Amino acid sequence: MTAPLLHLDNVTKLYKRGGLFGREEFRAVDNVSFHIDDKEPQVFTIIGESGSGKTTLARMVLNMIRPTTGTIFFKGQDLASIRSGGARRRFMKEVQPIFQNPFEAFNPLKRVDRYLYMTAKNFTDAHSSAQLDAAADAALNKVGLSIGEVRGRFPHELSGGQLQRVAIARALIPGPSMIVADEPVSMVDASLRMSIVNLFRTLRDELKVSIIYITHDLATAYYVSDRIIIMRKGEVVESGSARVVLENPQHEYSRLLKSAVLSPDPHGHGVLTGDSAASQQARASPRRQTINSRS
Amino acid sequence: MAQMPASSVQDSSHVLETHDLRAHYRMKYFGIDREVRAVDGISMHVRKNEVYGIAGESSCGKTTFIKAIAAAIRPPLEIVAGHVNYSFIKGDLYAMPAADRSAIRWRHLSYILQGSMNVLNPVRRIHKTFEDFAFRHMHLGRAEFDQAVKHHLERLRLPAEILRAYPHELSGGMRQRVCIALATLCKPEIIIADEPTTALDVVVQKDVLAMIRETQSGFGSSMIFVTHDLTVHANVTDRLGIMYAGRLVEEGRTADVFANPMHPYTAHLIASLPKIGDTQSRNALSGSPPNLADPPKGCRFHPRCPLAMEICRYENPALTTLAEDHRVACFAASTKVQPANDEGSGEAKTLEMAR
Repeated sequence: MTAPLLHLDNVTKLYKRGGLFGREEFRAVDNVSFHIDDKEPQVFTIIGESGSGKTTLARMVLNMIRPTTGTIFFKGQDLASIRSGGARRRFMKEVQPIFQNPFEAFNPLKRVDRYLYMTAKNFTDAHSSAQLDAAADAALNKVGLSIGEVRGRFPHELSGGQLQRVAIARALIPGPSMIVADEPVSMVDASLRMSIVNLFRTLRDELKVSIIYITHDLATAYYVSDRIIIMRKGEVVESGSARVVLENPQHEYSRLLKSAVLSPDPHGHGVLTGDSAASQQARASPRRQTINSRS
Repeated sequence: MAQMPASSVQDSSHVLETHDLRAHYRMKYFGIDREVRAVDGISMHVRKNEVYGIAGESSCGKTTFIKAIAAAIRPPLEIVAGHVNYSFIKGDLYAMPAADRSAIRWRHLSYILQGSMNVLNPVRRIHKTFEDFAFRHMHLGRAEFDQAVKHHLERLRLPAEILRAYPHELSGGMRQRVCIALATLCKPEIIIADEPTTALDVVVQKDVLAMIRETQSGFGSSMIFVTHDLTVHANVTDRLGIMYAGRLVEEGRTADVFANPMHPYTAHLIASLPKIGDTQSRNALSGSPPNLADPPKGCRFHPRCPLAMEICRYENPALTTLAEDHRVACFAASTKVQPANDEGSGEAKTLEMAR
């Protein structure tokens, strides 16, 4: 029996807030379990509104923070057992991140190609500058760019879509088996969004990379993903095959999310459609509603 | 939410008209002249009590256009040619003294901006922010002003307690609602909304959009609604203008534009929208938006256009009315589309000389 690619077992993350007076605990991620098979590469989507614990979960999968309780296994290895620098590097070779805002992910004072060269230097056996160039070019070709377009450029000289593709190319250099993409399209223009999402499909089908795609956009999630989980306040409220869940959501919250998706068909005269009861409910229960507790 | 369809209360008078508006960034540093033509000959109008949407990708000149019509011009941005006329002022916006221009802001013309955290002063309570923005425009006594603010919040169904809160105590959606309340306090004739919901979640976004729409129709204001998200336009706007590289390439009633997009760029934008229940693969447009400092000659879309013809390479298509209330600038859409005079009309030239 082979171990699954990723297995989360009752993972919980607690944050403690407050100072000397009145400490409170905040469950960012509450008892989440799921697994991703290694048989077939897939796009696994985590959906939820802000504050639902999506990013905390991603950071735990990337082994950037430790869960309070529960264990995460990657290819059968407990992430908590990764301590030495060598083990960490071996793990990073397998799992790579892509972040939300490409303009923040890249240092504006460094040239973009430097990130590609450093990744190639650290994670592949390329050493000479010709080898580094070749490694960077190969990765850029996979995302539809070439080293000539990127060499010597600073982040502000590239468009948001190009920069996000460079970020994806950088993540591909070590040859990972999984990429964690945290809201990769929410800062990208609508017209470029599809080029990024299509790229994920290509990565899955041709490079056999599994992708954890974190988003709050249900339409692209439906378009690209194989399996999804829907999170609310740190808990998984619904999970399963993407098509089944999104076409026919069972949980109340999933239905609310689906009803909030704006349809691209115009209804004329700017009348918002959808379930007005659902939107009333949403108005009644925004998170972090400090005002209610103050009054 | 108001159930009254906007069309029944619309009349044909125009709140805002622009004629061949050109706003360029002009830089002369170290002997290098650089001119970025961010808004290049836009003529449009906004009718009373309608929501006019502007769509386009980043760096297509949406924000510069807004700056130009709101008279928020700072060097290196310059109005090179054209007119901006409002129904509530006599003559051209740029012909009036600067002091009068600043007096119309907030009173007649207000804005809702994207980053509400950047609009609300983080070290002042919300009621102080209301005072900072609106007190001098309302011409009321202190007590009356406070009363007016409370009444306004009640009308928008916001709790009065938020006045005592600091911005960081409110959620993102609530902050954006406060910004809407702030922008509508003086019941302005026209509200400019620049990506008001881009940073918000889907659930909150829908609520905020409903509130914007409700407030706008409740006060009878016109609105210019800018976002790159076409699904938002489909749900909120009455008429839609599509911008590409500093020019308006298509304009029409939102339903018409979606049902029958005539410009290939619009058609592509609409076709690429993903939908739940539809998994067919969608193609992204190749290439990237042109550099406005050195735009391609002719139609600025031709290097990326699937329908590009010979004429597109050297002639710029004029925005031509092809159907009722539907204007398109594309040679492939109809033979009626004629080349436009690229460098502006003679009148624009003289204006430039005069300035």
